[in-house]
Amino acid sequence: MTDTAVSLTTKKDWTSDQEVRWCPGCGDYGILLAVQMLMPELGVKPENTVFVSGIGCSSRFPYYMNTYGMHGIHGRAPAIATGVAVARPDLDVWVVTGDGDALSIGGNHLIHALRRNVNLTILLFNNRIYGLTKGQYSPTSELGKVTKSTPMGSIDHPFNPLALALGAEASFVARTHDLDRKHMMETFRAAHAHRGSSFIEILQNCNVFNDGAFDEVTGRKNREEMMIDLHHGEPIRFGENGHAGVVMGEDGQLRIVEVAEIGIDAILKHDAHRNDPSLAFALARLGADDSATSSSTWTPIPFGVFRDVVRADYGSMVGAQLAEASTKKGPGDLRKLLQSAGTWQVS
Amino acid sequence: MTDTVERKSAPETISRVVVRFAGDSGDGMQLTGDRFTTASAMFGNDLSTLPDFPAEIRAPAGTVNGVSSFQVHISDHDITTPGDASSVLVAMNPAALMADIGRLEQGGLLIVNRDSFVERDLLKVGYESNPLDDGSLANYRVVEVPMTSLTIEATASLGVKPRTAERSKNFFALGMISWLFSRPRESTLDWIKSRFTDELVRNANTAAFNAGFHFGETTELFDHPYQVEPAHMPPGEYTNITGNTALAWGLVAAGQLAKLPVFLGSYPITPASDILHELSKSKNFGVRTVQAEDEIAAAGMALGAAFAGHLGVTATSGPGLALKSETLSLAVSLELPMLLIDIQRGGPSTGLPTKTEAADLNIAMFGRHAEAPLPIVAAYGPSHCFHAAIEAARIALKYRTPVILLSDGYIANGSEPWLLPDVDSLPDISVNFQTEFNHVTADGTDVYWPYLRDPETLARPWAIPGTPGLMHRVGGLEKQDGTGDIDYTPANHEKMVLLRAAKIAGIASDIPLAEIVGDADADVCILGWGSTWAAIDAAVQRTRRRGHKIAWIHLVHLSPLPLNLGELLRTFKKVIVPELNLGQLCRIVRAEYLVDAQVVSKVQGLPFTSIELEDALGAALSVFDENKSEIEPKTINGVA
Repeated sequence: MTDTAVSLTTKKDWTSDQEVRWCPGCGDYGILLAVQMLMPELGVKPENTVFVSGIGCSSRFPYYMNTYGMHGIHGRAPAIATGVAVARPDLDVWVVTGDGDALSIGGNHLIHALRRNVNLTILLFNNRIYGLTKGQYSPTSELGKVTKSTPMGSIDHPFNPLALALGAEASFVARTHDLDRKHMMETFRAAHAHRGSSFIEILQNCNVFNDGAFDEVTGRKNREEMMIDLHHGEPIRFGENGHAGVVMGEDGQLRIVEVAEIGIDAILKHDAHRNDPSLAFALARLGADDSATSSSTWTPIPFGVFRDVVRADYGSMVGAQLAEASTKKGPGDLRKLLQSAGTWQVS
Repeated sequence: MTDTVERKSAPETISRVVVRFAGDSGDGMQLTGDRFTTASAMFGNDLSTLPDFPAEIRAPAGTVNGVSSFQVHISDHDITTPGDASSVLVAMNPAALMADIGRLEQGGLLIVNRDSFVERDLLKVGYESNPLDDGSLANYRVVEVPMTSLTIEATASLGVKPRTAERSKNFFALGMISWLFSRPRESTLDWIKSRFTDELVRNANTAAFNAGFHFGETTELFDHPYQVEPAHMPPGEYTNITGNTALAWGLVAAGQLAKLPVFLGSYPITPASDILHELSKSKNFGVRTVQAEDEIAAAGMALGAAFAGHLGVTATSGPGLALKSETLSLAVSLELPMLLIDIQRGGPSTGLPTKTEAADLNIAMFGRHAEAPLPIVAAYGPSHCFHAAIEAARIALKYRTPVILLSDGYIANGSEPWLLPDVDSLPDISVNFQTEFNHVTADGTDVYWPYLRDPETLARPWAIPGTPGLMHRVGGLEKQDGTGDIDYTPANHEKMVLLRAAKIAGIASDIPLAEIVGDADADVCILGWGSTWAAIDAAVQRTRRRGHKIAWIHLVHLSPLPLNLGELLRTFKKVIVPELNLGQLCRIVRAEYLVDAQVVSKVQGLPFTSIELEDALGAALSVFDENKSEIEPKTINGVA
């Protein structure tokens, strides 16, 4: 295998012959395109790539990738993918999941995959609704959300996916959205380069059951003033000419301020490599209370890589223990194993 | 070490004995029993054990709920059961006496720790008078030994504090019983040396063991020791093995024989956890184990590993099997090899976690949504677990299907001597991964069709990630036969349901035919599966020795059933099916073959005794003799 051969794949090599069956206008199309366009750039091969999904609209994703793939069980993709990645550390394993799949029925598997730091790239399509079952509220739906199952409005406090992932001390945590292919590709590239669990929340529009859920933030007219782009090592600024910025108050709370009023030196510098996840957690919480309360009271929220730290991945550690055991005990010998509890001879 | 004290008299040779050690959960009775077993095994006896302990790690000391027992049957001839009643009971406290005196035969030897028969301990279990003094034990040979104080005395010179010394009293009991049954001391002393790293503890246990041994020798309490001669067993190398260890080793062997790495996803659950423990020690065989976050994840990981080309295994007990049901259904749909091991225990729900039952046959057979048949293999004894694991793996790999392997708490924790198999004689169960295109489309393109079946086995090809060109997607949605593409059309779904069923049914021609043990021309046939094997074996042998004809069929493959089973069963006037459930196999054979099979049922968290089954056979033979039975077996469908 040579690098030349690897780089020879094109988007076509990553596209399966299956007809894509998402609703016309679904945000999933943009994500699929971003992934299929990125893959040739990563220098990996389709046969060494596995996409695993759960159940839901987003979970149809593997069918459309010309790689190895498994459309699994609702919520269980991180567990199934853990089996693949631990058995075969040589593979690139991607998990495609949604807000219902990953955060409701599969919440347990998600947090445990993250804490173990299994070498997985997890793409969570967050559209704040159950689409495949035709429009019930999801674990990320805002309070008061009126759906078929919440005619008087949802009373469930929503999960903040990034805060949850950071709470589980995921080693790579990022946010992107379905309208910006370049940003998606940049984010996925960084996630893929990270060894261990990479968790990416993708704000994704369900144009049938929750249309415009993120318009206030990611809509073309709103982006500049509502999206806070995170860049490692740089002051966290956004808005026209970077007029706004993020500071940490004396109470430890992050706040959005006018840079001109407070001075550039007071603006928080983003440090994605900080081992302590609490600052990343605080960034994930920025604006979260507002968006949790109502879809129409958004305040600016950060995008990009929140956290990217080095920690040994699970599959490599499993492999290291196998190697250590073989060195210490010698390679397995079945006959010796059967004798290992002590034997006696009958003649 | 040699014995310098002259023996009082020569040992009396007996052909077999059943010893039961009973004490508090914290008294180390399992260790004591296990050690006595190993010493007996190494001496050459045949044996069978029944550990019997509570689910609580340390139930309140001195209560009946906290009693932990270990029964071992040692013999100079071939035996299969841990014995019905014991002939020796060692009771470390009043609770143990109360819990287990009913299991000591009349006239049996009762050895009690007299130090514990004080008012406080007696009241704790509700003895109003001391049974050692009130004549209630008149039917037994009672030997009172102040084990606690003798242990404290024996260890005093080592500088061990009395509270610590007391913990060695199980070794005093072990020493005493070792003398009583003329067990060589060396192996136990060596074992103590290697097992206990703390010098003080090691010395205390050694001193207590020796003190117990000498106590037996020098006191007048015992007339003479006994000797159980080595059994005449087929020549070869033996080890003493529990079912769970044998099963774990069987999985390691299966991986070697299949030339595949083994992957175990498991969540701790009694009585299956030992399989996780044992396989976690087998990393030098390339065995990967993950202690998953829950039962569902454990199964999902095994399935993911199978997709990636490993022998994927998950081990559990009944409640875990229920949780893994959805994953099994996916595995049926994906047609990937996977093993689910169910060490059955008393249920439903948490039930009796440490007690045995074999009531998961229904869920194994039918416990999945929709039409999702899969093969079921049942182990029948501790050492058979080794071979059953290999057989389950063989079927899973050859037919690309999840397989359920059933064991139960009795054989999982029970042990027996095992003549080690010749490793070279074990079957080759290796698989060929698909590495090439297997179909040419109408336009002449070479393609890989993941559901293009082997015409003989109906198994689909297994192409694993990393194989160039064969990239494909599998999933829970219905697939088109051949291409594996999503297909919801009515005719295709019916075809796939029938194909999946036919694949499993077809395995019947790849498993041994049912064989009759005993008399093929008998009127009565006993049909067994799983751990009832031992008690059936003893009951059948005794009934036949009394001059009756009995046929016995024991099933290892429960799905599919052997091809000739119906034909065989129809030749008998009566078919009785002993089961540690209310008749799950019985119902299956009645439905399958229209045979008037009758269940003999027991659901007490305990295995059948051979007497219970002898009585059931007697009843079936209409020669039931009331004097033979202490316990009338609970039956339904009116056998007794």
